[in-house]
Amino acid sequence: MGSRLLVVFGFLAAIGVAWHGPFPIFSQAVAAETGQSGRVPVPAPARGKGDACVADTDFMRRNHMAVLNHQRDDTVHEGVRTKRFSLKECIDCHAVNGADGVPVTVEDPKHFCRSCHDYAAVSVDCFQCHASRPDTAAMSVSPDEAAALSLRTYLAGVTR
Amino acid sequence: MNKLGDTERPEVADAREQTDVSRRAFLRAASALGGLALAPGVTLYAFGQEAEVRPADQAVTSQHRWGMLIDAGRCGDGCNACVTACADEHGWDADAASPTDAHWIRKVELRDPEGGLKRTLPMMCQHCASPPCVDVCPTGASFKRADGIVLVDKHTCIGCRYCMMACPYNARSFVHEPLADQKPYAPRGKGTVESCTMCVHRVDEGRQPACVEACADTAGGAMLFGDLNDPDSEISKRIASYATVEIRADLDLDTGVRYRNI
Repeated sequence: MGSRLLVVFGFLAAIGVAWHGPFPIFSQAVAAETGQSGRVPVPAPARGKGDACVADTDFMRRNHMAVLNHQRDDTVHEGVRTKRFSLKECIDCHAVNGADGVPVTVEDPKHFCRSCHDYAAVSVDCFQCHASRPDTAAMSVSPDEAAALSLRTYLAGVTR
Repeated sequence: MNKLGDTERPEVADAREQTDVSRRAFLRAASALGGLALAPGVTLYAFGQEAEVRPADQAVTSQHRWGMLIDAGRCGDGCNACVTACADEHGWDADAASPTDAHWIRKVELRDPEGGLKRTLPMMCQHCASPPCVDVCPTGASFKRADGIVLVDKHTCIGCRYCMMACPYNARSFVHEPLADQKPYAPRGKGTVESCTMCVHRVDEGRQPACVEACADTAGGAMLFGDLNDPDSEISKRIASYATVEIRADLDLDTGVRYRNI
Protein backbone atom coordinates (compact mmCIF):
# COMPACT_ATOMS: atom_id res chain seq x y z
CA MET A 1 0.00 0.00 0.00
CA GLY A 2 2.76 2.38 1.07
CA SER A 3 4.81 1.73 -2.04
CA ARG A 4 1.77 2.33 -4.25
CA LEU A 5 1.15 5.73 -2.59
CA LEU A 6 4.80 6.57 -3.12
CA VAL A 7 4.46 5.84 -6.83
CA VAL A 8 1.38 8.09 -7.08
CA PHE A 9 3.12 10.95 -5.26
CA GLY A 10 6.22 10.52 -7.35
CA PHE A 11 4.15 10.70 -10.52
CA LEU A 12 2.37 13.88 -9.39
CA ALA A 13 5.70 15.47 -8.50
CA ALA A 14 7.07 14.61 -11.95
CA ILE A 15 4.07 16.28 -13.60
CA GLY A 16 4.58 19.35 -11.41
CA VAL A 17 8.21 19.67 -12.43
CA ALA A 18 7.36 19.23 -16.10
CA TRP A 19 4.60 21.83 -15.83
CA HIS A 20 6.32 24.65 -13.88
CA GLY A 21 10.03 24.23 -13.92
CA PRO A 22 12.89 23.91 -13.71
CA PHE A 23 12.68 26.01 -16.95
CA PRO A 24 9.56 28.15 -16.54
CA ILE A 25 7.44 28.15 -19.70
CA PHE A 26 7.11 31.94 -19.77
CA SER A 27 10.86 32.37 -20.17
CA GLN A 28 10.47 31.87 -23.93
CA ALA A 29 7.85 34.57 -24.18
CA VAL A 30 9.96 36.96 -22.12
CA ALA A 31 12.99 36.20 -24.24
CA ALA A 32 11.06 36.81 -27.45
CA GLU A 33 9.80 40.16 -26.16
CA THR A 34 13.19 41.40 -25.09
CA GLY A 35 15.15 39.79 -27.90
CA GLN A 36 17.45 38.12 -25.40
CA SER A 37 17.80 34.50 -26.15
CA GLY A 38 19.79 33.26 -23.20
CA ARG A 39 19.83 29.49 -23.40
CA VAL A 40 16.68 29.38 -25.52
CA PRO A 41 16.91 30.08 -29.24
CA VAL A 42 14.18 32.47 -30.33
CA PRO A 43 12.94 33.27 -33.82
CA ALA A 44 13.92 36.65 -35.24
CA PRO A 45 11.43 37.45 -38.00
CA ALA A 46 12.38 40.36 -40.21
CA ARG A 47 10.61 43.64 -39.57
CA GLY A 48 8.07 44.78 -42.12
CA LYS A 49 8.27 48.06 -43.98
CA GLY A 50 6.64 51.11 -42.40
CA ASP A 51 6.14 52.02 -38.76
CA ALA A 52 3.61 49.50 -37.56
CA CYS A 53 1.79 46.37 -38.55
CA VAL A 54 -1.92 46.49 -39.41
CA ALA A 55 -2.69 45.44 -35.83
CA ASP A 56 -0.82 45.07 -32.52
CA THR A 57 2.04 42.63 -32.61
CA ASP A 58 0.46 40.58 -29.81
CA PHE A 59 -2.81 40.42 -31.69
CA MET A 60 -1.11 39.42 -34.93
CA ARG A 61 0.96 36.73 -33.23
CA ARG A 62 -2.12 35.05 -31.85
CA ASN A 63 -4.68 35.78 -34.55
CA HIS A 64 -2.99 36.24 -37.93
CA MET A 65 -4.29 32.87 -39.11
CA ALA A 66 -7.87 33.69 -38.10
CA VAL A 67 -7.96 37.06 -39.83
CA LEU A 68 -6.31 35.60 -42.94
CA ASN A 69 -8.85 32.77 -43.08
CA HIS A 70 -11.73 35.16 -42.69
CA GLN A 71 -10.40 37.55 -45.31
CA ARG A 72 -9.80 34.69 -47.72
CA ASP A 73 -13.47 33.63 -47.66
CA ASP A 74 -14.63 37.22 -48.08
CA THR A 75 -12.29 37.76 -51.00
CA VAL A 76 -12.94 34.55 -52.89
CA HIS A 77 -16.71 34.45 -52.45
CA GLU A 78 -17.68 38.10 -52.19
CA GLY A 79 -14.91 39.96 -53.95
CA VAL A 80 -14.00 41.97 -50.85
CA ARG A 81 -10.47 43.16 -51.48
CA THR A 82 -9.59 45.32 -48.50
CA LYS A 83 -5.87 45.47 -47.97
CA ARG A 84 -5.65 45.35 -44.18
CA PHE A 85 -5.69 41.58 -43.67
CA SER A 86 -4.79 40.56 -47.20
CA LEU A 87 -2.14 37.84 -47.50
CA LYS A 88 -0.74 39.62 -50.54
CA GLU A 89 -0.13 42.77 -48.49
CA CYS A 90 1.58 40.74 -45.72
CA ILE A 91 3.89 39.23 -48.31
CA ASP A 92 4.65 42.60 -49.92
CA CYS A 93 5.38 44.30 -46.60
CA HIS A 94 7.37 41.51 -44.96
CA ALA A 95 9.48 40.57 -47.99
CA VAL A 96 13.05 39.61 -47.06
CA ASN A 97 15.72 40.17 -49.68
CA GLY A 98 18.24 37.47 -50.39
CA ALA A 99 21.89 37.94 -51.28
CA ASP A 100 20.95 38.73 -54.89
CA GLY A 101 18.65 41.59 -53.81
CA VAL A 102 15.55 39.69 -54.85
CA PRO A 103 12.96 38.77 -52.22
CA VAL A 104 13.33 35.18 -51.07
CA THR A 105 10.60 32.58 -51.46
CA VAL A 106 9.36 30.35 -48.68
CA GLU A 107 12.05 27.85 -49.74
CA ASP A 108 14.54 30.05 -47.91
CA PRO A 109 14.67 29.74 -44.10
CA LYS A 110 14.99 33.55 -43.92
CA HIS A 111 11.43 33.97 -45.25
CA PHE A 112 9.30 35.97 -42.80
CA CYS A 113 6.68 33.24 -42.32
CA ARG A 114 9.22 30.48 -41.99
CA SER A 115 11.25 32.14 -39.27
CA CYS A 116 8.49 31.52 -36.73
CA HIS A 117 6.76 28.56 -38.32
CA ASP A 118 10.00 26.56 -38.38
CA TYR A 119 10.56 27.43 -34.75
CA ALA A 120 7.06 26.39 -33.71
CA ALA A 121 7.11 23.35 -36.03
CA VAL A 122 3.80 24.41 -37.58
CA SER A 123 3.63 23.68 -41.28
CA VAL A 124 2.07 26.36 -43.46
CA ASP A 125 0.16 25.32 -46.58
CA CYS A 126 -0.59 28.76 -48.03
CA PHE A 127 2.37 28.76 -50.38
CA GLN A 128 1.48 25.58 -52.22
CA CYS A 129 -0.80 27.89 -54.20
CA HIS A 130 -0.05 31.46 -53.13
CA ALA A 131 3.04 33.40 -54.12
CA SER A 132 5.42 33.64 -51.18
CA ARG A 133 7.13 36.79 -52.44
CA PRO A 134 6.00 40.00 -54.14
CA ASP A 135 5.51 39.95 -57.89
CA THR A 136 9.09 39.90 -59.19
CA ALA A 137 8.01 41.05 -62.65
CA ALA A 138 6.41 44.14 -61.15
CA MET A 139 9.63 45.09 -59.39
CA SER A 140 11.71 46.65 -62.09
CA VAL A 141 15.38 46.81 -61.25
CA SER A 142 17.19 49.31 -63.45
CA PRO A 143 20.34 48.07 -65.24
CA ASP A 144 22.50 50.43 -63.14
CA GLU A 145 20.98 49.12 -59.94
CA ALA A 146 21.42 45.52 -61.08
CA ALA A 147 25.10 46.18 -61.92
CA ALA A 148 25.71 47.83 -58.55
CA LEU A 149 23.99 44.95 -56.84
CA SER A 150 26.01 42.28 -58.58
CA LEU A 151 29.21 44.21 -57.80
CA ARG A 152 28.21 44.43 -54.14
CA THR A 153 27.49 40.71 -54.06
CA TYR A 154 30.84 40.00 -55.72
CA LEU A 155 32.76 42.22 -53.28
CA ALA A 156 30.99 40.64 -50.34
CA GLY A 157 32.12 37.27 -51.64
CA VAL A 158 35.74 38.45 -52.11
CA THR A 159 36.13 40.02 -48.67
CA ARG A 160 34.62 37.07 -46.86
CA MET B 1 -20.65 32.93 -38.42
CA ASN B 2 -19.00 33.26 -41.76
CA LYS B 3 -19.87 31.49 -45.00
CA LEU B 4 -18.20 28.26 -44.13
CA GLY B 5 -19.79 28.06 -40.70
CA ASP B 6 -16.78 28.99 -38.58
CA THR B 7 -17.48 31.12 -35.59
CA GLU B 8 -15.35 34.22 -35.57
CA ARG B 9 -13.46 35.01 -32.42
CA PRO B 10 -14.65 38.24 -30.77
CA GLU B 11 -11.21 39.90 -30.83
CA VAL B 12 -10.87 39.13 -34.52
CA ALA B 13 -14.29 40.62 -35.20
CA ASP B 14 -13.32 43.75 -33.26
CA ALA B 15 -10.21 44.24 -35.33
CA ARG B 16 -12.19 43.89 -38.51
CA GLU B 17 -14.76 46.40 -37.32
CA GLN B 18 -12.21 49.20 -37.30
CA THR B 19 -12.69 50.61 -40.75
CA ASP B 20 -9.76 51.84 -42.70
CA VAL B 21 -10.45 55.56 -42.50
CA SER B 22 -7.82 56.80 -44.90
CA ARG B 23 -8.99 54.36 -47.54
CA ARG B 24 -12.59 55.50 -47.17
CA ALA B 25 -11.51 59.13 -47.53
CA PHE B 26 -9.54 58.29 -50.63
CA LEU B 27 -12.49 56.50 -52.19
CA ARG B 28 -14.76 59.42 -51.42
CA ALA B 29 -12.33 61.81 -53.07
CA ALA B 30 -11.93 59.46 -56.00
CA SER B 31 -15.67 59.14 -56.51
CA ALA B 32 -15.99 62.94 -56.36
CA LEU B 33 -13.63 63.14 -59.30
CA GLY B 34 -15.94 60.68 -60.99
CA GLY B 35 -15.25 59.34 -64.42
CA LEU B 36 -12.27 61.60 -64.87
CA ALA B 37 -10.00 59.94 -62.33
CA LEU B 38 -11.16 56.37 -62.71
CA ALA B 39 -11.91 56.50 -66.38
CA PRO B 40 -8.93 54.78 -68.06
CA GLY B 41 -9.69 51.26 -66.84
CA VAL B 42 -13.43 51.61 -66.69
CA THR B 43 -14.69 53.44 -69.72
CA LEU B 44 -13.24 50.63 -71.80
CA TYR B 45 -16.18 48.40 -71.04
CA ALA B 46 -18.59 51.04 -69.83
CA PHE B 47 -18.18 52.91 -73.11
CA GLY B 48 -18.36 56.42 -71.79
CA GLN B 49 -20.86 55.71 -69.06
CA GLU B 50 -20.23 57.08 -65.62
CA ALA B 51 -17.31 55.26 -64.08
CA GLU B 52 -18.24 52.87 -61.35
CA VAL B 53 -15.83 50.75 -59.38
CA ARG B 54 -17.16 48.85 -56.42
CA PRO B 55 -15.36 49.91 -53.22
CA ALA B 56 -12.93 47.23 -52.03
CA ASP B 57 -14.81 46.70 -48.76
CA GLN B 58 -18.17 45.97 -50.35
CA ALA B 59 -19.36 42.55 -51.43
CA VAL B 60 -20.33 41.81 -55.01
CA THR B 61 -24.03 42.00 -55.77
CA SER B 62 -26.23 40.65 -58.53
CA GLN B 63 -26.67 44.19 -59.84
CA HIS B 64 -24.17 43.33 -62.58
CA ARG B 65 -23.83 40.15 -64.54
CA TRP B 66 -20.53 40.04 -66.32
CA GLY B 67 -20.47 38.42 -69.72
CA MET B 68 -18.70 38.35 -73.05
CA LEU B 69 -19.72 38.54 -76.67
CA ILE B 70 -17.34 36.93 -79.14
CA ASP B 71 -17.58 37.62 -82.85
CA ALA B 72 -16.19 34.52 -84.58
CA GLY B 73 -16.26 36.42 -87.87
CA ARG B 74 -13.48 38.68 -86.56
CA CYS B 75 -11.53 35.93 -84.81
CA GLY B 76 -8.37 35.33 -86.81
CA ASP B 77 -7.49 31.86 -88.05
CA GLY B 78 -4.15 31.01 -86.43
CA CYS B 79 -4.33 33.94 -84.03
CA ASN B 80 -3.61 32.95 -80.44
CA ALA B 81 -3.48 36.35 -78.74
CA CYS B 82 -6.23 35.62 -76.21
CA VAL B 83 -4.70 32.29 -75.22
CA THR B 84 -1.19 33.65 -74.70
CA ALA B 85 -2.55 36.68 -72.85
CA CYS B 86 -4.45 34.41 -70.46
CA ALA B 87 -1.43 32.16 -69.97
CA ASP B 88 0.82 35.14 -69.23
CA GLU B 89 -1.71 36.67 -66.88
CA HIS B 90 -2.29 33.55 -64.79
CA GLY B 91 0.99 31.72 -65.21
CA TRP B 92 -0.02 28.57 -67.08
CA ASP B 93 1.74 27.21 -70.14
CA ALA B 94 -0.02 27.94 -73.43
CA ASP B 95 2.26 25.50 -75.29
CA ALA B 96 1.52 22.60 -73.01
CA ALA B 97 2.93 19.32 -74.25
CA SER B 98 0.50 17.11 -72.38
CA PRO B 99 -3.26 17.05 -72.95
CA THR B 100 -3.71 16.90 -69.18
CA ASP B 101 -1.89 20.20 -68.62
CA ALA B 102 -3.85 23.27 -67.58
CA HIS B 103 -5.80 25.07 -70.27
CA TRP B 104 -8.05 27.93 -69.27
CA ILE B 105 -8.85 29.02 -72.80
CA ARG B 106 -8.23 27.34 -76.16
CA LYS B 107 -8.91 27.99 -79.83
CA VAL B 108 -11.52 25.76 -81.46
CA GLU B 109 -11.80 25.35 -85.20
CA LEU B 110 -15.16 24.84 -86.90
CA ARG B 111 -15.47 23.66 -90.48
CA ASP B 112 -18.62 23.24 -92.54
CA PRO B 113 -17.98 20.01 -94.49
CA GLU B 114 -20.54 20.98 -97.15
CA GLY B 115 -19.67 24.58 -97.93
CA GLY B 116 -16.08 24.51 -96.63
CA LEU B 117 -16.52 27.60 -94.45
CA LYS B 118 -13.95 27.69 -91.69
CA ARG B 119 -14.23 29.63 -88.44
CA THR B 120 -12.19 29.69 -85.26
CA LEU B 121 -13.29 30.85 -81.85
CA PRO B 122 -11.92 30.97 -78.32
CA MET B 123 -13.53 28.49 -75.94
CA MET B 124 -13.35 28.77 -72.17
CA CYS B 125 -15.64 28.70 -69.12
CA GLN B 126 -18.98 30.03 -70.34
CA HIS B 127 -19.94 31.33 -66.87
CA CYS B 128 -23.38 29.71 -66.95
CA ALA B 129 -26.23 31.09 -64.89
CA SER B 130 -27.07 27.48 -63.98
CA PRO B 131 -23.61 25.92 -63.93
CA PRO B 132 -23.47 22.09 -63.94
CA CYS B 133 -20.05 22.23 -62.26
CA VAL B 134 -21.64 23.91 -59.23
CA ASP B 135 -24.47 21.35 -59.15
CA VAL B 136 -22.12 18.38 -58.90
CA CYS B 137 -19.45 19.78 -56.58
CA PRO B 138 -19.51 17.72 -53.36
CA THR B 139 -17.78 20.34 -51.19
CA GLY B 140 -19.21 23.62 -52.42
CA ALA B 141 -15.82 24.64 -53.80
CA SER B 142 -17.28 25.26 -57.24
CA PHE B 143 -19.53 28.28 -56.93
CA LYS B 144 -21.07 31.17 -58.79
CA ARG B 145 -20.34 34.65 -57.53
CA ALA B 146 -23.23 37.08 -57.20
CA ASP B 147 -22.12 38.87 -60.36
CA GLY B 148 -22.29 35.67 -62.42
CA ILE B 149 -18.60 34.72 -62.45
CA VAL B 150 -18.14 30.97 -61.88
CA LEU B 151 -15.10 30.17 -59.74
CA VAL B 152 -13.38 27.40 -57.80
CA ASP B 153 -12.63 28.09 -54.15
CA LYS B 154 -9.37 26.18 -54.08
CA HIS B 155 -9.32 26.24 -50.29
CA THR B 156 -12.32 23.91 -50.35
CA CYS B 157 -11.57 21.96 -53.55
CA ILE B 158 -10.59 18.33 -52.88
CA GLY B 159 -9.60 17.66 -56.49
CA CYS B 160 -12.31 15.07 -57.19
CA ARG B 161 -12.81 16.45 -60.72
CA TYR B 162 -16.58 15.84 -60.88
CA CYS B 163 -16.93 19.40 -62.20
CA MET B 164 -14.57 18.59 -65.06
CA MET B 165 -16.82 15.72 -66.07
CA ALA B 166 -19.98 17.77 -65.67
CA CYS B 167 -18.80 20.73 -67.77
CA PRO B 168 -20.15 20.46 -71.36
CA TYR B 169 -17.47 22.85 -72.59
CA ASN B 170 -14.38 20.98 -71.32
CA ALA B 171 -13.44 24.27 -69.76
CA ARG B 172 -11.81 23.05 -66.57
CA SER B 173 -8.46 21.49 -65.96
CA PHE B 174 -6.64 19.91 -63.06
CA VAL B 175 -3.20 20.75 -61.72
CA HIS B 176 -1.21 17.52 -61.58
CA GLU B 177 2.23 18.83 -60.69
CA PRO B 178 3.54 21.01 -57.88
CA LEU B 179 3.88 24.62 -59.02
CA ALA B 180 6.23 27.40 -57.97
CA ASP B 181 6.37 31.16 -58.46
CA GLN B 182 2.66 31.70 -59.02
CA LYS B 183 1.34 35.18 -59.66
CA PRO B 184 0.33 36.92 -56.41
CA TYR B 185 -3.15 37.66 -57.79
CA ALA B 186 -3.66 34.20 -59.34
CA PRO B 187 -3.00 31.46 -56.78
CA ARG B 188 -2.81 28.01 -58.39
CA GLY B 189 -1.78 24.73 -56.86
CA LYS B 190 -1.47 21.00 -57.26
CA GLY B 191 -4.56 18.93 -56.53
CA THR B 192 -7.14 21.57 -57.40
CA VAL B 193 -9.34 22.20 -60.42
CA GLU B 194 -9.14 25.55 -62.18
CA SER B 195 -10.68 27.37 -65.10
CA CYS B 196 -11.23 30.83 -66.55
CA THR B 197 -12.00 33.29 -63.75
CA MET B 198 -13.05 36.00 -66.19
CA CYS B 199 -9.99 37.73 -64.68
CA VAL B 200 -11.92 38.35 -61.48
CA HIS B 201 -8.95 40.24 -59.99
CA ARG B 202 -9.08 42.68 -62.91
CA VAL B 203 -12.88 42.95 -62.95
CA ASP B 204 -12.84 43.88 -59.24
CA GLU B 205 -10.51 46.75 -60.13
CA GLY B 206 -12.76 47.87 -62.97
CA ARG B 207 -10.46 46.52 -65.66
CA GLN B 208 -11.23 44.17 -68.53
CA PRO B 209 -10.17 40.51 -68.76
CA ALA B 210 -6.69 39.95 -70.21
CA CYS B 211 -7.95 38.07 -73.29
CA VAL B 212 -10.36 40.85 -74.24
CA GLU B 213 -7.65 43.44 -73.81
CA ALA B 214 -5.16 41.43 -75.91
CA CYS B 215 -7.72 40.81 -78.65
CA ALA B 216 -8.51 44.51 -78.86
CA ASP B 217 -4.84 45.57 -78.78
CA THR B 218 -3.16 43.08 -81.08
CA ALA B 219 -5.89 41.20 -82.93
CA GLY B 220 -9.28 41.80 -84.49
CA GLY B 221 -11.15 43.06 -81.43
CA ALA B 222 -13.47 40.07 -81.62
CA MET B 223 -14.17 40.00 -77.88
CA LEU B 224 -16.41 42.36 -75.95
CA PHE B 225 -16.75 42.32 -72.17
CA GLY B 226 -19.58 43.97 -70.30
CA ASP B 227 -22.58 43.91 -68.02
CA LEU B 228 -25.45 41.77 -69.30
CA ASN B 229 -27.80 43.15 -66.64
CA ASP B 230 -27.42 46.75 -67.80
CA PRO B 231 -29.64 47.36 -70.83
CA ASP B 232 -27.53 50.40 -71.76
CA SER B 233 -24.20 48.57 -71.83
CA GLU B 234 -22.55 48.03 -75.21
CA ILE B 235 -22.79 44.26 -74.91
CA SER B 236 -26.52 44.33 -74.08
CA LYS B 237 -27.21 46.70 -76.98
CA ARG B 238 -25.37 44.46 -79.43
CA ILE B 239 -27.11 41.32 -78.16
CA ALA B 240 -30.42 43.11 -78.60
CA SER B 241 -29.59 44.31 -82.11
CA TYR B 242 -28.29 41.19 -83.88
CA ALA B 243 -28.40 37.41 -83.62
CA THR B 244 -26.04 35.86 -81.12
CA VAL B 245 -25.97 32.29 -79.88
CA GLU B 246 -25.03 30.30 -76.81
CA ILE B 247 -23.03 27.20 -77.53
CA ARG B 248 -25.05 24.13 -76.53
CA ALA B 249 -28.10 26.33 -75.98
CA ASP B 250 -30.11 23.08 -75.82
CA LEU B 251 -28.73 22.51 -72.32
CA ASP B 252 -30.50 25.66 -71.12
CA LEU B 253 -27.57 26.85 -69.02
CA ASP B 254 -27.94 30.55 -69.82
CA THR B 255 -24.26 31.12 -70.52
CA GLY B 256 -22.56 34.44 -69.83
CA VAL B 257 -20.42 34.06 -72.95
CA ARG B 258 -22.24 34.43 -76.27
CA TYR B 259 -21.02 34.07 -79.85
CA ARG B 260 -21.81 35.67 -83.15
CA ASN B 261 -21.15 34.47 -86.71
CA ILE B 262 -20.76 30.76 -86.06
